[in-house]
Amino acid sequence: MKKNDKKSREITVPGELIGSSKTFKSGYGTYIEGDKIFSEFVGILQKKDDYVSVIPLSGVYIPQRNDRIIGVIEEVQKFGWIVNVNSAWDGFLPTSEGIDDYVDVKKVKMERYFDVGDIIYTQVNDHKKGDVQLTMRTPIARKLRGGVIIKITPSKVPRLIGKQGSMVTLIKEKTGTIIRVGQNGLVWISGENVDKAIKSIKMIEQKSHIFGLTEEISKLLS
Amino acid sequence: MMKTDEKMIVNGKRLDGRKPDEMREIKMEVGVIPNADGSAKVSFGKTTAIAAVYGPRKLFPRHKQKSDTGIIQYNYDMATFSVDERKRPGPGRRETEISKVSRLALEPVLFLKDFPKTTVDVFIEIIEADGSTRVTAINAASLALADAGVPMRDLIVGLSGGMVNGVPIIDLCGKEDNYCDADVPIAFLPNKNEITLLQMDGRLTPEETKSIVRNVLHAGKEVYKKQVEALKKKYSE
Repeated sequence: MKKNDKKSREITVPGELIGSSKTFKSGYGTYIEGDKIFSEFVGILQKKDDYVSVIPLSGVYIPQRNDRIIGVIEEVQKFGWIVNVNSAWDGFLPTSEGIDDYVDVKKVKMERYFDVGDIIYTQVNDHKKGDVQLTMRTPIARKLRGGVIIKITPSKVPRLIGKQGSMVTLIKEKTGTIIRVGQNGLVWISGENVDKAIKSIKMIEQKSHIFGLTEEISKLLS
Repeated sequence: MMKTDEKMIVNGKRLDGRKPDEMREIKMEVGVIPNADGSAKVSFGKTTAIAAVYGPRKLFPRHKQKSDTGIIQYNYDMATFSVDERKRPGPGRRETEISKVSRLALEPVLFLKDFPKTTVDVFIEIIEADGSTRVTAINAASLALADAGVPMRDLIVGLSGGMVNGVPIIDLCGKEDNYCDADVPIAFLPNKNEITLLQMDGRLTPEETKSIVRNVLHAGKEVYKKQVEALKKKYSE
């Protein structure tokens, strides 16, 4: 706790004045009115050189291009799949982006590839006005078999991953699980000690704003 | 307006012993409903409102969806036990009207253009009513929206003003609400100085109205401070 006193994270509230657009560039979670920059969220204020942004402490996931996310197939359609991506909108995965081989949609059942309830690790191709296009045509994309899914706040995903994946690697090694983190706040876990992994992930979500979290997690797991 | 022989102000003190420009005790708490995306409980004296916010989320039925913007669905309701005589459950004329004006008060605060085809649902339950319920509800909605992480231009502060025996007062309690010369609920954005809700029930001259609005905007800063305090408290253990 002593660390906290020296360098506590500054929390902003919506509408709070955080700078002038003459001296700062406004980043995520801020908006400009006149020549002043205001915060949009209850969040953590970040100032780097001439760049200000606010990381929200809660909120729904907003899809962005090239985000790697986890989705659950909700509906099988003629020319693609509707995917629940834990956002305000559903994602759409067209046939051409979903599978590599050519299919005759009249003869082949689409369920053969992805059925309702299947979990996929996918990437956002495009997002315009509530229309979320997904793609599996990237090396990281795959179908996830078995395992469980838990939800965390999307803005806390970077904290769960840690610097160069340090935090998630720690949990993986200590619990003997395979973990895949989607940027939309869905986390897929499979392996031996799933309960312990879930417990530590929930703890990271609750205490994401405090310092020295990695030590605390390793203490919990050992 | 109903008539009463009782003097509302005696020796510069109101029925409950307050000064004309004094508010009741304010309590605010954020995150009271774990299943909601955001929630808050706000009390002004014996008036208590609970707000729950869900969204932005998909909007059904589909014909209500707007392809260029999101919408707010605001639902104000009073519990049957919130008033002295049992209130008939369900929304009536009064509840529907309050829901509408409160929704219009919140619309300029949110960046709904970024969320086409979606809705932000706000549910308000008044569990204890003693005057000024709609502004208490707006304070609770403001905190719950901020807690839910919906992008906002500003927090929104609600506070009622009024006139009894020719004296301008703020934060009316139930009796004052019933027997006052006029009551003026106001909601405004404290950092922008924009008024988004202004209603009046009763008779006032233009000068009296101006002085009441000025009093409320001034005292509202205190309410804003309490809101900020409540939000920051949730994240600083």
